[in-house]
Amino acid sequence: MPKIDRKLIAKKADIVSDLKKIIKIENILHHEDELRPFETDALSAYKQKPLLVVFPENTKEVSRVLSYCNRERIKVVPRGAGTGLSGGSLPLEDSILLCLGKFNKILNIDYKNRCVIAQPGVTNLSITQAVEDKGFYYAPDPSSQIACSIGGNVAENSGGVHSLKYGTTTNNLLGAEVVFMDGTISRLGGKTYDSEGYDFLGLITGSEGLLCVITEVTVKILKKPQAVKAALIGFSSIEDGGNCVSQIIASGIIPSGMEMMDKALIHATDDFVKAGYPRDAESMLIVELDGTEKEVEELIDRVRKIAEKNKSSSIKISKNEKQRLKFWAGRKAAFPACGDMSPDYYCMDGTIPRGKLAEVLKEIRRLSKKYNLPVANAFHAGDGNLHPLIMYDANEKNALEKTEKFGADILKYCVKVGGVLTGEHGVGVEKRELMCEMFNNNDIQQQIKIKKALDGSSLLNPGKVYPILRKCAEEGRVHVHRGKTKFPDIPRF
Amino acid sequence: MSIEEKQNFPTYQDSDSTEYPKSEKEVSSFIKKFYKSNIPIELIGSGSKKKIGRSIQCAKILSLSKLSGIMEYLPEELYIKVKAGTSMQQIEVELKKNNQQLAFEPVDFGILLNEKSDFGTAGGQVACNLSGPRRFKSGSVRDHVLGFRGVNGRGEIIKSGGVVVKNVTGYDLSKLMCGSYGTLVALTEITFKVLPAPEENNTLVIHNQKIESALYYLEKSISSSNDISGAIFLPKEPDVNGCSMNIENTFKLNDLKQDGSITAIRIEGSKNSIEQRIKNLINELKIINLNTSILKTHQSEIFWDKVKNLEFFSSSKNSIIRIVIPPSEGSNLIYQFSNKFKYYVDWGGALIWLEAFELTEEMFESIRRKVVKIGGYVTMIKNSDYLPYVEDVFTINRERFNLSQNIKKSFDPKGILNPGKMYTGI
Repeated sequence: MPKIDRKLIAKKADIVSDLKKIIKIENILHHEDELRPFETDALSAYKQKPLLVVFPENTKEVSRVLSYCNRERIKVVPRGAGTGLSGGSLPLEDSILLCLGKFNKILNIDYKNRCVIAQPGVTNLSITQAVEDKGFYYAPDPSSQIACSIGGNVAENSGGVHSLKYGTTTNNLLGAEVVFMDGTISRLGGKTYDSEGYDFLGLITGSEGLLCVITEVTVKILKKPQAVKAALIGFSSIEDGGNCVSQIIASGIIPSGMEMMDKALIHATDDFVKAGYPRDAESMLIVELDGTEKEVEELIDRVRKIAEKNKSSSIKISKNEKQRLKFWAGRKAAFPACGDMSPDYYCMDGTIPRGKLAEVLKEIRRLSKKYNLPVANAFHAGDGNLHPLIMYDANEKNALEKTEKFGADILKYCVKVGGVLTGEHGVGVEKRELMCEMFNNNDIQQQIKIKKALDGSSLLNPGKVYPILRKCAEEGRVHVHRGKTKFPDIPRF
Repeated sequence: MSIEEKQNFPTYQDSDSTEYPKSEKEVSSFIKKFYKSNIPIELIGSGSKKKIGRSIQCAKILSLSKLSGIMEYLPEELYIKVKAGTSMQQIEVELKKNNQQLAFEPVDFGILLNEKSDFGTAGGQVACNLSGPRRFKSGSVRDHVLGFRGVNGRGEIIKSGGVVVKNVTGYDLSKLMCGSYGTLVALTEITFKVLPAPEENNTLVIHNQKIESALYYLEKSISSSNDISGAIFLPKEPDVNGCSMNIENTFKLNDLKQDGSITAIRIEGSKNSIEQRIKNLINELKIINLNTSILKTHQSEIFWDKVKNLEFFSSSKNSIIRIVIPPSEGSNLIYQFSNKFKYYVDWGGALIWLEAFELTEEMFESIRRKVVKIGGYVTMIKNSDYLPYVEDVFTINRERFNLSQNIKKSFDPKGILNPGKMYTGI
């Protein structure tokens, strides 16, 4: 992480008294005990208490806090609901943690323009809840949707199980109000489709809190489809399941959701929620189709035929909404089910071309043996997003290090077969050092230049996403020959 | 002036001023050379959309048209990777063989701007980010670019994204490329997301409606669960002296009645599903007693191609303006134009195209003020002989300009890529 500014930490009392002039005293937390709940996000393996925590109540306060911090060279880490899985809102010892928890209101529901304006602290699910009485919903549905905030969704470009058909956050966002590190408040986009000029909205979506703080979002809402049905299909091998996925897509069907689980996870989740999964199957698919009644019937029939051609061992079609939700209940309980089986688990998040699934799962099995750690696999098969859940016991010596190495090997393999390091959880601190696997120095330097263009002193969420190049060199990814680096002109920090 | 001084003069062009690099490496070395000697360059593809944006003259032109060819197309993985100079026509032909398509519906601006069909290149599509009628359902060009490679203003080869739809590794620079008019990067490679083409498409036409009722029907259709993929209004009125837009001459289709204004709704999918949805729409919109036509796939396709490619403006010598607004503001805005312009409404009210006879810069700015006030933006797409030049082709405010300038510098510190194409100073 960036060098800790001890002098700044020594000035903590002065900083608190300065901040009191900007925001209410009850919205500043600075006692050690108050700070503890904020020492980690959902990547709980990493912990660090911030210097202090602030809860601004409006955009003006955010702007004044940022502009003060910019002037005083104080690092700022923004935080939504803290459900991120890559350590994106892990505090730094000398940073102010800026929590958007007080931004919790839906400001405008506009059915005529089919959008909702919400403050960033509003949870993902409550947007759908606010419009579902009129038959509308907000499409991206990350598994943490009950708790994760919409501002955090924008920062991470969250996906969910429906992103193949309905896109991720970036495809469902129309506008945002943001504050840059120098305190400038900007409105990007609005209620229009596309905005002219450089696509700043696209740039900030998924920027992991490095470019600006989001203080308001405008998202698209969609009318719910007339009919939704799901098919639960078992296979006696991973390969058959993988081929079935590819052939469904190749036949021209875009399911609204297509999830795959391996045997370990079928058992774990079925034990956990009794979802009625085919326990003898090596892999299982949930294929969800939506549209008009007739259309769904037709599609289900086509999917059934493709499954049979790929030697499916069992097929169940949801007869009603209750059964459809039951099919999903197991999948949605994948994380707690693993938690039930093992003291700790570590969730990875690579994306691969769908056709490489069997190959990647085989490699994961090999690695699992090599590291002697069990692994269960959940796969957003429709969009190629793979979530291996590595099970370990943090009380064992070096277990976390071993698990992280295992995870890194999986992600490197994802990149090797043409995939990427992270599909929806973000790079954060977790995958920072792996960026060199996907990008070369030119690519990374260009991204860092954008960061500098918007945050000249690199104070906003520093130490996240981009590798500290020295570390890359230490890990042997940059070849160092007789003490001379290959790219001496690149700053090391 | 010495030859060297001449060559280095920003607007100097000689007969050898166009370079045709054949590889990414060559693009990089050209730009490195120009970067060193501070020579501004104009980036072009096929030139089909060269007239969009501010007109610029640079010492050198870098044509990417020789960087052409499909590099990788995996239908079951739903992506196609192409060199930036590949013609869109070639891409679409290839996709059609596998019943796939680019869902953002590439627009053929050749007819409007150069009087002959030309979809341009992949790079040009990305640079302009102008999408067809399916935009409100499927997104625009920016939603279909999975990754790219290109050369920045320092001559460095950079890349971002990949070939998969779910990817949050690093900033999403693909989005920044879309609509940047070649001012950030000379694109060399683009990966597009592709989708299955619908089996069939039908169009439900409601005849002879006024703007309010037409927009009401469009809004109701988009807000229904019938998953429609096109929603336009082509008015017959007003009659504007000097304007050439004529819907009757453009749409001569057997099943399309010639009866005043056209309100058209497109439904795509399987045959059964389309039939069910049209039935639903007729019920939900309560239009059973109105004068309607239904275009089946063959005629429906021709209809939407003509709409998408703005064929009703093709013989126009007037200014053509593109306006994007929140959909609910459509009819109010049209009222404010008090019958001075011919117009057509797309995206269910969110996109308005104007044909303006003897438009002055003051009138253009007055349109812009009205549009900005309701949260939209205006682009001059085609100049007329009457108004051959406007200073601000695009809409921007001070704050966004400053931001844009910072971003531009991070890619192109000396401002040598398409300088001034979008705004003075960028």
